[in-house]
Amino acid sequence: MATNTTTGKKIKMIPIFIMGKRYDVPETLTIMKAMEYAGFKFIRGCGCRGGICGACATVYRKAGDYKLYSGLACQTVVEPNMYLAQIPFYPANRAVFDFSEIKPVPEDIFKLYPEIFRCVACNSCTKVCPMDVEVMDVIAHLKRGDITGAAEMSFSCIQCGLCASRCMGELPQYHIAQLARRIYGSLIAPRAKHLREAVKVIESGRYEECMRTLMKTPDVELRKIYQEREMEPEMTGEEWTPKDTKCL
Amino acid sequence: MPYTPELKALIKVVEQTRTERVALKKRGGEFPMMSLDERERMLAYHPDYKEEGRRALRVGPSKGYRIAHEFADILEAWSRVNPKQVDLSCPDMETDVLVIGGGGAGTSAALLAAQNGAQVIIATKLRHGDANTMMAEGGIQAATKVEKDSPYYHYLDAMGGGHFKGDPDLIYTLATQAPSVIQWLEEMGMMFDKFPDGRMKSIHGGGTSRKRMLSAGDITGAEIMRTIRDEARNHSNINVVEFSPVVELILNEHGQCAGALLYNLETEEYFIIKAKATILATGGCGRLHVQGFMTTNHYGATADGLVLGYRAGVPVTLLHTVQYHPTGAVYPEQAEGLLITEKFRGAGANLVNIKGLQFVNEREPRDIESSCCIRECLERGLGVLTPTGKTGVWLDSPMIDMLSGEGTVQREFPGKYILFKRYGIEIDKEPMLIFPTLHYQNGGLKITADCRTNVPGLFGAGEVTGGVHGENRLMGNSLLDVLVFGRIAGENAAKYIKREARDGKLTLEHVAAFHKQLETAGVPRDRVSPMLLPDYTDPEVRKRQLTSHYLGTMR
Repeated sequence: MATNTTTGKKIKMIPIFIMGKRYDVPETLTIMKAMEYAGFKFIRGCGCRGGICGACATVYRKAGDYKLYSGLACQTVVEPNMYLAQIPFYPANRAVFDFSEIKPVPEDIFKLYPEIFRCVACNSCTKVCPMDVEVMDVIAHLKRGDITGAAEMSFSCIQCGLCASRCMGELPQYHIAQLARRIYGSLIAPRAKHLREAVKVIESGRYEECMRTLMKTPDVELRKIYQEREMEPEMTGEEWTPKDTKCL
Repeated sequence: MPYTPELKALIKVVEQTRTERVALKKRGGEFPMMSLDERERMLAYHPDYKEEGRRALRVGPSKGYRIAHEFADILEAWSRVNPKQVDLSCPDMETDVLVIGGGGAGTSAALLAAQNGAQVIIATKLRHGDANTMMAEGGIQAATKVEKDSPYYHYLDAMGGGHFKGDPDLIYTLATQAPSVIQWLEEMGMMFDKFPDGRMKSIHGGGTSRKRMLSAGDITGAEIMRTIRDEARNHSNINVVEFSPVVELILNEHGQCAGALLYNLETEEYFIIKAKATILATGGCGRLHVQGFMTTNHYGATADGLVLGYRAGVPVTLLHTVQYHPTGAVYPEQAEGLLITEKFRGAGANLVNIKGLQFVNEREPRDIESSCCIRECLERGLGVLTPTGKTGVWLDSPMIDMLSGEGTVQREFPGKYILFKRYGIEIDKEPMLIFPTLHYQNGGLKITADCRTNVPGLFGAGEVTGGVHGENRLMGNSLLDVLVFGRIAGENAAKYIKREARDGKLTLEHVAAFHKQLETAGVPRDRVSPMLLPDYTDPEVRKRQLTSHYLGTMR
């Protein structure tokens, strides 16, 4: 038993096996904090500590259970008798391309990643994904030529590489999905027209006078302008326009 | 861990007031916003305003400036190397532009420098993309809807949000270049949240007068980072050196920045990179845990760039304030410190106390929100106590589904929804328990709007710099900051090497001179920086590690 320094409560300790070696750690910790508690100091295998960067992919088994489990070390709470190893890096082929020459057709993806057709639909990638991405279905969408489906379905991918580590067909799923998302975002989803208009209007210099005057406004007056600026109400839709149009 | 029975009982109290709070919002009603005077009074509760939390710097270009002890400790510290022992006569690598830092600012700087013909090395402490950019959730500001918004209003919001202390030139640049940065991202294939016709969805953030927050789900930063990183990987003239933080900048005999000394974390070797121009883009400081606060920042956010720049002679500005994000998770224990995006409040979720009552409008600037949460918990005693002894207030996320239709939380916040679900908490049905958490370094190294520092050949961009956010950054202006100024730094560094950079003998004389100042000031010898990585080893374990910590956290 250890003691929590803030509440004085006793903490229950449990055994975990880090790369096969036993350490006793508080039962409430994540794998990452448990490893630090045990004395490991991370160089690899630790990044954002918030479940989004993909640095701390971890695989583990539980005593007496054939199943392979996976998770992010910074998000997964330790369990008694878990046997774990981090996989901070896994080699995967990434195709180099000139994005300006890519067209929104599946053939362009197939050319860069012909191994996509080595997928045997075993579903190991989906099973191991710590983000619950339906990885096999992402690849299936692409094989059918549905780039949009693949892009949307892979949106939560954090590129940890666990899918590639388990793939029988030796695919780099996370790189392929990244390409699909970029093609979708740039060439399939409709572009924002208002964005181009805004860039043009700024380049035309329409706001220059307004802004230069504002930049020279003395502090007291600036505060007044700030306080009195017209606020777009929260519960309005896209149709709202302000009454004051002086600097639009 | 699901909520305990005690916390579940307290959630009932929140539910009792929820219907009325939702009805108020639907009628267009709001909890009153504060006047500037009220805001100022509220800041007495903000950690930045505690005088005992800071001290005056005793050495360097900003000597006399009062900043947090944690910053002073790393700025008033010795180099990891003895500058006289480093042989600078044969560099290990040479390049046109050296970018220090592999986050949003560094990567966009590298892309623009490469596009302008330069050979680029990105040296980064962890992996390419391990950065606070990756973790930014809610959105990126840009005035892209000309019928209701313009850079004028964006400027006004940023200036006022930063207490009118921001640098006008920097804010002007930020606001006017915002739409072209968004266009750049869209062209590279970033998946923005859009309506079917391609119009971008936009919402409010704290302190915005127009809904100009653009997003990609609740992982906007990650989507930006993975898109620009993917593009960088296509460029043969961008070479990334991972797990190799910079520990000193190197100058030349003409006083220009001429490269850096790298430390390979894995082999513990030091390497010299000679560069014609250098861009500091090392990011922020959350892992310094200023005033003991928990942090949302990534593992490597130890303010290394501040140290490097300061020793080379660059002053720091606006570093007396750091940003505490009002909504960091305090429950469950595993999620402590985790960022809960401001987008929840932008989408209408109230902050309420143990009695289920609102105590602040959810769209005040961040420092005000944080001050109000701290007052509610520590002074008024209306916070909720967690099983680990932390206090927090409720962020009432289930309101969002009631306001915008069932399924909204799950659709708009997939990252947080899945994460909490793993702990047995469904955030579309139960509120989240939050408390302010150290989030952002408002100030930093002083730069001009073309990203130059006072050291020729040394450029700066992103969180390591100060000025654009004044004393308090608004949501959505940091992702914008890293891209706007990262791009400018990259482009200007590429121009600089053609026109101004001169070849000359390399030197670490500035480090030796800084050491002399430390000596005179009597700074203890065992205070060494940059920190590089925080140390979370259990104290009991550390006691037994007889030979692993020679100086500070350094091996």
